[in-house]
Amino acid sequence: MQRRVYMDHAATTYTKQEVLDEMLPYFKEIYGNPSSVHGFGREARKAVDLARERTAAALNVSPEEIYFTSGGTEADNWAIKGVAWANKERGNHIITTSIEHHAVLHTCQYLEKMGFEVTYLPVDSYGLVYPEQVKEAITDKTILISVMFANNEIGTIEPIKEIGQIARERGIYFHTDAVQAVGHIPVDVKDMNIDLLSLSAHKFYGPKGVGALYIRKGVKLHPFIHGGAQERNRRAGTENLPGIVGLGKAIELAVSNLEENSKRLTAMRDRLISGVLNSIENVRLNGHPTKRLPGNANFSFEFIEGESLLLSLDMKGIAASSGSACTSGSLDPSHVLLAIGLPHEIAHGSLRLTLGDDNTDEDIDYVLEVLPGIVKRLREMSPLFAQHKGGKHYV
Amino acid sequence: MYSEKVMDHFMNPRNVGEIEDADGVGEVGNAKCGDIMKIYLKIRDNRIVDVKFKTFGCGAAIASSSMATELIKGKTIEEALELTNKAVAEALDGLPPIKMHCSVLAEQAIKAAIEDYRRRQQEKQVNS
Ligand SMILES: Cc1ncc(COP(=O)(O)O)c(C=O)c1O
Ligand code: FES
Repeated sequence: MQRRVYMDHAATTYTKQEVLDEMLPYFKEIYGNPSSVHGFGREARKAVDLARERTAAALNVSPEEIYFTSGGTEADNWAIKGVAWANKERGNHIITTSIEHHAVLHTCQYLEKMGFEVTYLPVDSYGLVYPEQVKEAITDKTILISVMFANNEIGTIEPIKEIGQIARERGIYFHTDAVQAVGHIPVDVKDMNIDLLSLSAHKFYGPKGVGALYIRKGVKLHPFIHGGAQERNRRAGTENLPGIVGLGKAIELAVSNLEENSKRLTAMRDRLISGVLNSIENVRLNGHPTKRLPGNANFSFEFIEGESLLLSLDMKGIAASSGSACTSGSLDPSHVLLAIGLPHEIAHGSLRLTLGDDNTDEDIDYVLEVLPGIVKRLREMSPLFAQHKGGKHYV
Repeated sequence: MYSEKVMDHFMNPRNVGEIEDADGVGEVGNAKCGDIMKIYLKIRDNRIVDVKFKTFGCGAAIASSSMATELIKGKTIEEALELTNKAVAEALDGLPPIKMHCSVLAEQAIKAAIEDYRRRQQEKQVNS
């Protein structure tokens, strides 16, 4: 049988057996509605409470500050719209960055249509946001700063603590989309002066469709989903009981093994990166060499296009992703790759390999074995490569 | 998302390469996503006797180039000019809607190569 290698953990992870085992009883045996008064309900409530405690412990906050959502996207929407609508008397200005996930970017664009003003900070060629630029962008109308903890495409880890400190000093709410960070790198909400933080279970070996928003006690924001009194009147809807149980178990596992896992992944990642850079010409690493997520490798191969690269890898059993225009659905190249200054044709040849728990050293060997041949084959088909070899450069 | 035929033409593309002494060369770029396709024609007695391509683009673009070159090989210039992107897509057992523009690229590259051939012919006549 052909080898199958999953290297798209930033898109989603599998659900760990221990996590699934804890979830399963909550479908059929312990199925009460956590809001019910009877014993069935109380059992379910206990499970939600435990998940909330585990999540709070992982972030160094109190359980009353954790609100479960349907995932990272909802948490981002809630944090930004919730703060915007609740604080519009104080000001209408929001600061964010040009490399945020669409869950943040499109929410901010919506608020612009509603009369808010948004500053999208630029990043440097590594994808780093500069705290001084955050400071300079603040006006007396600024009510929210939202900067992602770590970027989902290029893996760059942002200076969150410094930005949090600036926000705190100026009395401005600070939200961070930590969907790619939680469970992978240390996140200390108290120490980093974070007011609101989004996370999502399926990025750390929990189930899909469940996440959480941390809301620091005292932060003023409107509910996003109106209805019943769940989540202390702030997020309506009967709880996704098995999902919340799974999130709680997954975050506990991820944080307790964080250091060890991160060391292992970092070593594999660095071997993958140097292996690719050494065996293939005209390739660059996107993102920062060291300030990056343990499992993230992102390359641009000149003269070829990302989708054809993904299809070729898929034929070899390797699952990866790309920021190429041809894969985007909108036919625009990744806004992150453009924001770090890559020209369109280089963004076109991007490949993201994101490692996880189930990857082994043999997986890295396998990718390093097949990738050069794939790149070579596609380059031989590319008119740009022919021109490059002929000494002419396509402009 | 792609048909087996698309994958076959992507993994084993027909007619990849260049023709050194081509009679017509057409290069077109895709305004939509920034891809490039280049087609080389060898023409004898108004008939396409050889055709090669190079493509910088997605799986659908490479498969469309391969299929389009197969479809015009051995055809007269007039027949080749009648090739539509729809015919290329149909021959590939269909393309996803968002990938239809990639087959347009193939149609345009062939037209551009034939135009180049005709221009060269005219120049030859003027010069002789
Ligand atoms: C940085 C970031 N934010 C938000 C999301 C959205 O999370 P979810 O898939 O749980 O809605 C993702 C996942 O794709 C992400 O990587
Ligand atoms: S060539 Fe870009 S989508 Fe097909």
